[in-house]
Amino acid sequence: MSEITPDLVRHLAGLARIALSDAEIQRLTGELGQIVDSVAKVSEVATADVPATSHPIPLTNVFRDDVPGPTLSPAAALAGAPEAESDRFKVSAILGEEQ
Amino acid sequence: MPRDALMDFDAALEKYEPVLGFEVHVELSTATKMFSDAPNPATGDDAEAAGPNTAITPVDLGLPGSLPVVNETAVRYSISLGLALGCRIAESSRFARKNYFYPDLAKNYQISQYDEPIAFEGEVEVELEDGTVVRVPIERAHMEEDAGKLTHVGGATGRIHGAEYSLVDYNRAGVPLVEIVTKPIYGTAERAPEVGRAYVGAIREIVRGLGISQARMERGNLRCDANVSLRPRGAEKLGTRTETKNVNSLRSVERAVRYEIRRQAAILDGGGTITQETRHWHEDRGETSAGRPKSDADDYRYFPEPDLLPVEPSAELIEELRAALPEAPAVRRRRLKADWGFTDEEFRDVANSGLLVEVAETVAAGAAPAQARKWWTGEIARIANARTTDPAGLISPVHVSEIVAMVENGELTDRLARQVVEAVIDGEGSPAEVVTTRGLQVVSDDSALTAAIDAALAEQPDVLAKIRDGKVQAAGAIIGAVMKQMRGQADAARVRELILERAQS
Amino acid sequence: MSTASELTRASAADLAAAIAAREVSSAEVTRAHLERIGAVDGDVHAFLHVSEAAIATAEEVDRRLAAGERLGPLAGVPVAIKDVLCTIYMPSTAGSRILEGWVPPYDATPVARLRAAGLVPLGKTNMDEFAMGSSTEYSAYGATRNPWDLTRIPGGSGGGSAAALAAFEAPLALGSDTGGSIRQPAAVTGTVGVKPTYGGVSRYGAIALASSLDQVGPVSRSVLDAALLHDVIGGHDPRDSTSLRDAWPSFADAARRGAEEGTLRGLRVGVVRELTADGPTGDGFQAGVTQRFREALGILADAGAEIVEVDAPSFDYGIAAYYLILPAEASSNLAKFDSVRFGLRVTPPGGGTVEQVMAATREAGFGPEVKRRVILGTYALSAGYYDAYYGSAQKVRTLIQRDFAAAFETADVLVSPAAPTTAFPLGAKVDDPLAMYLNDLTTIPANLAGVPGIALPVGLAPEDGLPVGIQFMAPARADDRLYHVGAALERLLQERWGGPLHAQAPALG
Ligand SMILES: [Mg+2]
Ligand SMILES: [Zn+2]
Repeated sequence: MSEITPDLVRHLAGLARIALSDAEIQRLTGELGQIVDSVAKVSEVATADVPATSHPIPLTNVFRDDVPGPTLSPAAALAGAPEAESDRFKVSAILGEEQ
Repeated sequence: MPRDALMDFDAALEKYEPVLGFEVHVELSTATKMFSDAPNPATGDDAEAAGPNTAITPVDLGLPGSLPVVNETAVRYSISLGLALGCRIAESSRFARKNYFYPDLAKNYQISQYDEPIAFEGEVEVELEDGTVVRVPIERAHMEEDAGKLTHVGGATGRIHGAEYSLVDYNRAGVPLVEIVTKPIYGTAERAPEVGRAYVGAIREIVRGLGISQARMERGNLRCDANVSLRPRGAEKLGTRTETKNVNSLRSVERAVRYEIRRQAAILDGGGTITQETRHWHEDRGETSAGRPKSDADDYRYFPEPDLLPVEPSAELIEELRAALPEAPAVRRRRLKADWGFTDEEFRDVANSGLLVEVAETVAAGAAPAQARKWWTGEIARIANARTTDPAGLISPVHVSEIVAMVENGELTDRLARQVVEAVIDGEGSPAEVVTTRGLQVVSDDSALTAAIDAALAEQPDVLAKIRDGKVQAAGAIIGAVMKQMRGQADAARVRELILERAQS
Repeated sequence: MSTASELTRASAADLAAAIAAREVSSAEVTRAHLERIGAVDGDVHAFLHVSEAAIATAEEVDRRLAAGERLGPLAGVPVAIKDVLCTIYMPSTAGSRILEGWVPPYDATPVARLRAAGLVPLGKTNMDEFAMGSSTEYSAYGATRNPWDLTRIPGGSGGGSAAALAAFEAPLALGSDTGGSIRQPAAVTGTVGVKPTYGGVSRYGAIALASSLDQVGPVSRSVLDAALLHDVIGGHDPRDSTSLRDAWPSFADAARRGAEEGTLRGLRVGVVRELTADGPTGDGFQAGVTQRFREALGILADAGAEIVEVDAPSFDYGIAAYYLILPAEASSNLAKFDSVRFGLRVTPPGGGTVEQVMAATREAGFGPEVKRRVILGTYALSAGYYDAYYGSAQKVRTLIQRDFAAAFETADVLVSPAAPTTAFPLGAKVDDPLAMYLNDLTTIPANLAGVPGIALPVGLAPEDGLPVGIQFMAPARADDRLYHVGAALERLLQERWGGPLHAQAPALG
């Protein structure tokens, strides 16, 4: 059985910044429980001697020359912004501290 | 806000042993950002000049579909820095995503390095004021990107608390950083604050010696987070630590460490416990205040950055960069001391003020070592002190050497030169510009001086007779009057010469 | 080729030839497709946005051709673009409410290459929100319908691109394939779709779902057309660090040779047991799918190919690994949708802090499948769970790559059905995520290993008369092999059918 509980889903939703309703938390608890139970089988074959693969095609040392290219104009940068002021993106008051 | 209870520093050290740790972020002075080809504002002379949201591409804004590409120069700089810190360079290092939501972080994850940093296990030799050498162990140095800048609007202070809203400028987002993390530093005892200051000073010296960062703390090119914990003397187990963020001058590092030792000691001594939290340093009050508590919510969900590939520097590249390293700071100090011909005391005076690089660059720009030392540890240090900041970075070494040259040529008197120094610091322009706009040149036109002398003699006709009688010091009254009339912009020695010539004629 | 119907049913290769020969203008071809969209898209709903600039773009191409300019081999041919790709001048929403109306300030690299080659963008096609889904029912803008049966799904996530081709609304389209989003829609709409080798086509400007799995690729009605489009969009792009620097052969040449040679002698075709009705998940395979698949193997054998069985035991863990890696990467990739720099902003009643505004925006702007996967991915990466879930999934990825390597020792290409079933009815699986995830059983391994795959039609299932697709997979960088084999099989099938399969499609409108 999976360890997915409504409290865990609520915690995850907080980390993921989604204001889930209580009904969604209930529904997701059930759905995620099922999904997690079915995907947990990866640990059956993932033994310590098997290395992890993060990239399908192994490449290394892919770099860019340190040469400036074109930039966005402030108007283009701000064109899609929900709110802006004095060429900056505007957001409502911040509660938490910087990381 | 209630003031923290503080324990007397010496009493605190009698009971507790401080353990330190530092995280120093260095902004690299590459032409472009870490992962985009936007110009790097940490490299220019004035990061603010171009206005907000001008140095950005879709990558820096985290626009959908945009992808990062690693700046090769940033990698080379990072390897050089790792080597200068005595670190081993990883055969394979990789980037990871550090996930957290914050409005200055365009993608809501920071591309950093986590379990495979580019450099690890080093050691930095740090020299204290009295010449004592302390070895600070380095855990790692890793590459990452900087975040944007927030401006808090409304409320009383422009601080985050009480603000009505905030504005975000992403110019700084993506500026290449190297974060240098020490291992726990034990055994510093009552010298802990001094070690902190000297360590950060040493990092700054290394970075500037490499020429990979402007390393100006007041501009945020070099930022220090100071970790402090206390444990009862003789205890094995480490105490709970606090992390004081963004301490932005060398003297603040010293003060912040001292403050945390005294604050934590008072709490522990009263039977309390230390909260693991970040703290903020307030330069004005000389205090730290509580920030964000460390909590379960600090789950950054690191995972390998799928958009970027491992960095695997070849042995040849590492050796090439190692061969190009400048002298180690300790070696360099010994050499400079000999080159400059300073006494122990003179040299330590410069080093302890964190001014080695400034003096060296001033000498390189043409000034005599003694003059360079005199100006940096004298007038410039005095101004810095009055403004509670560090002298380094206040004024450019090239400008100082220009001022020294003007004094040498007789274009400026010492007194005028001090005015020029202050004006240049205040941003009025180069020394030459200040001299012109303020009209500070020494009056070397003999006819103007002669006219002033004549006028003064007309007021005090008996002076010439006194001089002729051998009372040469009587000239002083005339010199004073002339200098007053010339508003100090005359060369007193020349005025004296002219008066004596007149007396003999 | 002159009536509107002839123009919309022609292959891209034929259209390009006719335009280049000035037998027909790009503007006429484009107009015919826009009229077709006007006539049938009300029923099919393949497009989210139809370009107002298409005719002007086509006329510009006509002018350049008239001036004697030599343009690319697909110049003047219209193309539909999956809405996951960023386009200047056209909104790019990835099928999500959170990006409604967003117009990017730049083109995705594959789109820029289309424009440079003189193709004519027709518009943006529908998709499951952020490409999460296998039916296009998770689009925030309503489902797309399968032109073969309007009560059925067109596959997903690229159901819009596949349906646009099956409904003759476009001769070519771009798709993106993270776990089958090009190949599975091709399978259920009787069209052709290719997932290139990872790194073969730039991801720059493709709104990321799972960065280590996503690939942009061509969608078409013939193997040659897919190859021609792949030739245009592929190749190294310095803006995508994972883009390969390889010099690629002409895929169109590979397709032409495959169709012309008429023999597959010497080719070893490996049937992946785990991806067929004979494997451990065999009961998920529809009988008619298996029947047409086996007939196709017979045709390949008749043409001289050697059919061998290969075992890939780790493929049984493919779906599990995929549904950990994808949500993990997606949870991070989708964090940027936070209401600060672009897209939707929802402020809670009475205002709120920026944290609350972000959470309210993401609650309102993301659909149920996106929330499900973002929460799942957040879980898979969380402290304490990482090793068991995400870490283990990355190890399974290694095992799957080893199975591929071993299989390619005994076979030149691998083969399986492109999807376990034909198109299922709309609504049938929309509330059953696990059932939905099984649609990608056969396509997922190629994404996990980065190898290329092609899906093409092999007939209609006898029980429901709906298209069945076959999938070929080749070693990484051997995409040309897929075009060669695919074109060969396509020709042999069309000889039996007396024309392309889509000639049998029901009329619309
Ligand atoms: Mg840190
Ligand atoms: Zn950092």
